[in-house]
Amino acid sequence: MPMNTQGRPTRIADNIATGGYAETTSGSKGLEQSEALIYERGSVEQCGVDLPEPKGTATRLGGLERKSELGMPGLSEPETMRHYVRLSRKNYAIDLGLYPLGSCTMKHNPRLNEKMARLPGFADVHPMQPASTVQGAYAVIGELAHWLMTLCGMSGVAMSPKAGAHGEFCGMMAIRAKLDADGQSHRRRVLVPESAHGTNPATAVQCGFTVDEIPADETGRVDMEAFKAKLGDDVAGIMLTNPNTCGLFERDIREIADLIHEAGGYFYCDGANFNAIVGRVRPGDLGVDAMHINLHKTFSTPHGGGGPGSGPTVLSDALAPFAPVPYVVLKDKHWELVEHEADAEGQPFGRMAAFHGQMGMFTRALTYMMSHGSDGLKQVAEDAVLNANYIQARLKHVMTPAFDGICMHEALFDDRFLKDTGVTTLDFAKAMIDEGYHPMTMYFPLVVHGAMLIEPTETESKSGLDRFIDTLEALSLAAKAGEVERFQAAPVHAPTKRLDETKAARQPVLRWTAPAAEEPIAAE
Amino acid sequence: MRYLPHTDTDRKAMLEAIGVASIDDLFTDVPEAARLDGLIDLPTKQGELQVERAMAAMSNQNVSASSVPFFVGAGAYKHHIPATVDHLIQRSEFLTAYTPYQPEISQGTLQTLFEFQTQVAQLTGMDVANASMYDGSTACAEAVMMAARVTKRDKAVMAGTVHPHYVEASKTLAKYSSVSIEVTEPELDSLDKVIAAIDENTACVVVQTPDIFGQLHDLREISRIAHEKGALVIAAFTEVVALGLTEAPGAMGADIAVGEGQSIGVGLNFGGPYVGLFACKDDRRFIRQMPGRLAGETVDADGRRGFVLTLSTREQHIRRDKATSNICTNSGLCALAFTIHMTLLGEKGFRQMAQLSHENACALADALDAVEGVDVVNDAFFNEFAVRLPGNAADIVEKLAKVGVLGGVPASRLYPGQFEDILLVAATEVNTQADIEIFAKALGGVL
Amino acid sequence: MTTRYTEDHEWITVEGDVATVGITAYAAEQLGDVVFVELPEVGKTFKKGDEFAVVESVKAASEVYAPVDGEIVGVNDDLDGEPAKVNEDATGGGWFAKFKLADASQLEGLMDEDAYKAHIA
Repeated sequence: MPMNTQGRPTRIADNIATGGYAETTSGSKGLEQSEALIYERGSVEQCGVDLPEPKGTATRLGGLERKSELGMPGLSEPETMRHYVRLSRKNYAIDLGLYPLGSCTMKHNPRLNEKMARLPGFADVHPMQPASTVQGAYAVIGELAHWLMTLCGMSGVAMSPKAGAHGEFCGMMAIRAKLDADGQSHRRRVLVPESAHGTNPATAVQCGFTVDEIPADETGRVDMEAFKAKLGDDVAGIMLTNPNTCGLFERDIREIADLIHEAGGYFYCDGANFNAIVGRVRPGDLGVDAMHINLHKTFSTPHGGGGPGSGPTVLSDALAPFAPVPYVVLKDKHWELVEHEADAEGQPFGRMAAFHGQMGMFTRALTYMMSHGSDGLKQVAEDAVLNANYIQARLKHVMTPAFDGICMHEALFDDRFLKDTGVTTLDFAKAMIDEGYHPMTMYFPLVVHGAMLIEPTETESKSGLDRFIDTLEALSLAAKAGEVERFQAAPVHAPTKRLDETKAARQPVLRWTAPAAEEPIAAE
Repeated sequence: MRYLPHTDTDRKAMLEAIGVASIDDLFTDVPEAARLDGLIDLPTKQGELQVERAMAAMSNQNVSASSVPFFVGAGAYKHHIPATVDHLIQRSEFLTAYTPYQPEISQGTLQTLFEFQTQVAQLTGMDVANASMYDGSTACAEAVMMAARVTKRDKAVMAGTVHPHYVEASKTLAKYSSVSIEVTEPELDSLDKVIAAIDENTACVVVQTPDIFGQLHDLREISRIAHEKGALVIAAFTEVVALGLTEAPGAMGADIAVGEGQSIGVGLNFGGPYVGLFACKDDRRFIRQMPGRLAGETVDADGRRGFVLTLSTREQHIRRDKATSNICTNSGLCALAFTIHMTLLGEKGFRQMAQLSHENACALADALDAVEGVDVVNDAFFNEFAVRLPGNAADIVEKLAKVGVLGGVPASRLYPGQFEDILLVAATEVNTQADIEIFAKALGGVL
Repeated sequence: MTTRYTEDHEWITVEGDVATVGITAYAAEQLGDVVFVELPEVGKTFKKGDEFAVVESVKAASEVYAPVDGEIVGVNDDLDGEPAKVNEDATGGGWFAKFKLADASQLEGLMDEDAYKAHIA
């Protein structure tokens, strides 16, 4: 038989040295490539597009030609591709693994949504085209509004808010407008649990209210006695997250709604955690007057490294007339857009932003809803709650759940299990990075010491959850076994080690600037 | 359901591990009165194909910008976006990442934000920029509030030629604050009325160039006068491409520059999501009052360069009721698209794109001006201008649509009851000479 | 010249009718690395218990309260460039502001060093 003379060793030689070569000449390490800024790679002459040559003649700029320098470097197309692909590989992502950020609902982002959002009839239409040319786009807004109102059991919805906090602003503005319309302008105090997201107090203040904090009781829910004591004729309403930021359903929510209504106030619900109850519980049945819905959480529009989001806000009968412009209405099978306060039937409190809302998020969210249907959405809530409880049940012997009993879609732990180990919540979170996981939300909510808030979402499989649980269990045991240095050094397997945030804040460097020239340039 | 991995066997095993008999046992905290018996009255689940058909049916009812001669602007512009942009923003690691709160595994997002901030600062001629706002209108509103905090004054003056949606968004944000907003009567050819409204109590004056009518303004004089009176100048823009050819706000004395970045990388998307640009001078008073996220440079434990979100004590998650803004989610992925497109363009391509847009607008102006009864209003413009028609512009736009031309925005749609004979038209590098001729001919035909 | 302390971790040292105020080393350590101190304008007056400054670490912002009534007659401009002084030398170079005392008797209600040590123990 002919022998293959090009054989090469395929077995790792014995005694091969693997240490001592941690640093490389290029700064890259195999697939982990170092990547400079575009400012260090490109130049102002480089260009990655081919445009026709301008004639260079026409100018009607009225003498306002740009004389100041621009200085933005360009890169050719292949270099651009490599630059951003290399950078992308320094990010964790849902598509890479479980992303257990509590309060953030990091679920799978179906690619059908992306495909639908890119249909030319949605992606390539202008918001100010004549109504006759965008009937299908108005229909998407109208259809999504119908789904949201039906899922929430509410009679109105404002579609234009651009993110959750913008939706909060919308809801609280509607409450303010309603109070003013009813001669209740003296009502300025808004009750906010101390476990609330920071956006809640910030929003209340933005609407001219003052914030009065309500403490949590020992079960992690609103302290009813403290709440009742704070009611009065200057109370405008309450901003409550449900399920709350401890991952718990507010059992007394109906009583809270009744009491705030009796006191003359309104009930704003922060809908960030709607994923726990979608399809199973309608916020309208809980007495809610306004609630924003984060389409980028519950309805899977991608988070995109921080946005864009979308925050349609459902409104009760009392508040719906104060919804902002614009909105769509169906008249004789023809969709119309109401753009001006004077044309509105109600008394809109104003306009929140240019144009009509986050259309690109609407098409994705509607695609997601149609894919699931009412049965699939109910299953979403059930599996999300099941997964969180499974994590809590399987980790409670090594970690310390902050509260006893069943949780909703997220499991909250505190740092009692790390007591006397020298390992902090931060260290524990960073050690998860070395294990290939994004950390959970940490140090939030503030009502729990060293909080670790884990939200797995419904799109994690049981085997994936088991691996995650095994990892956290092993880390907990390692912390208790005294491996403190491993935690304090973590992460060591990430693209960078821990970053100096103190330096970043003390001497802010917020942009690239050209390094000083080595030799002074002679004056011309 | 294709997105849900559990089998019924899995669910049963998990319920057992939890120690409950059924899924209903996990929802016992829900008040009985609010527990639903069956399904909510909506359609049930569907496969990809069925959903795709339903969505496509709605998409097909719309006339897309690329399918007709298209001249609509007024705050959103049709430019060509290289294929590379959409491919890159669909990288899983960008698309499905959260806000970069864990910097060790978010350097991709953080470094691109740092590049974005630098590009925005360079474009606007300002020192620093944030990591984006929702859109131009909300960036404008936040700038007004920031100016009031910086100057500790509470009166804002907005030119009547600032995009009316930007004015309305600003008024909404200021509605229940101490800040009052005075909007001057829109003037097509000067800033005199705006200048006259500035006094010793003015926190800021907001002017847009090119303005909603496309008219370019020199901001140097108004800046000088505003600064003499201790007021800040906020320069707004809706067409960022203008900055490739016309003078930067920073070079004309602006203290804060805000605007819409949609033209670069983002696309029309029927109005959103877009990307708000927010830049200001490098002054500690300013930076600590900025809204939104900021990426900053630092080093890691080995001394290597890295990036983090910084100066977070301004923000709601730390400062709560004392935050500079309630903003949390921004326009991250649109900012990334902006940065990638701008990197492909570089200064050379960006200037070229601006010049082509301007030249097409000039050709369009000549063609429309030549139509009987039609007059171009502006004496200086970039890629958008106003024409006076011998009739109601809204009606004419509808008639043009019927003959397959999307011919602009009637000014009365932005100023109800005013400017009924004014049409706002825009051109960019995507328009062809043939498009322009079709538009001019169609306009002549429907008048 | 004696130093007194508040329950909110401000220290106050009086010379004549001018009091120097800062935050205690204990407070600085609890805050972590101080990255910024927002100081009041000279000439402003505060009542005891008013918020007169804000001290920021990377992840927290804390209000600092006036321990006594008084007018600001000086602020520590060095903190603008070197906020780290608050951590390194809280009761020395890390001082915040000088108050012209309106009512010296208010000092009597404050803790002495031993009492403060017991307070934070």
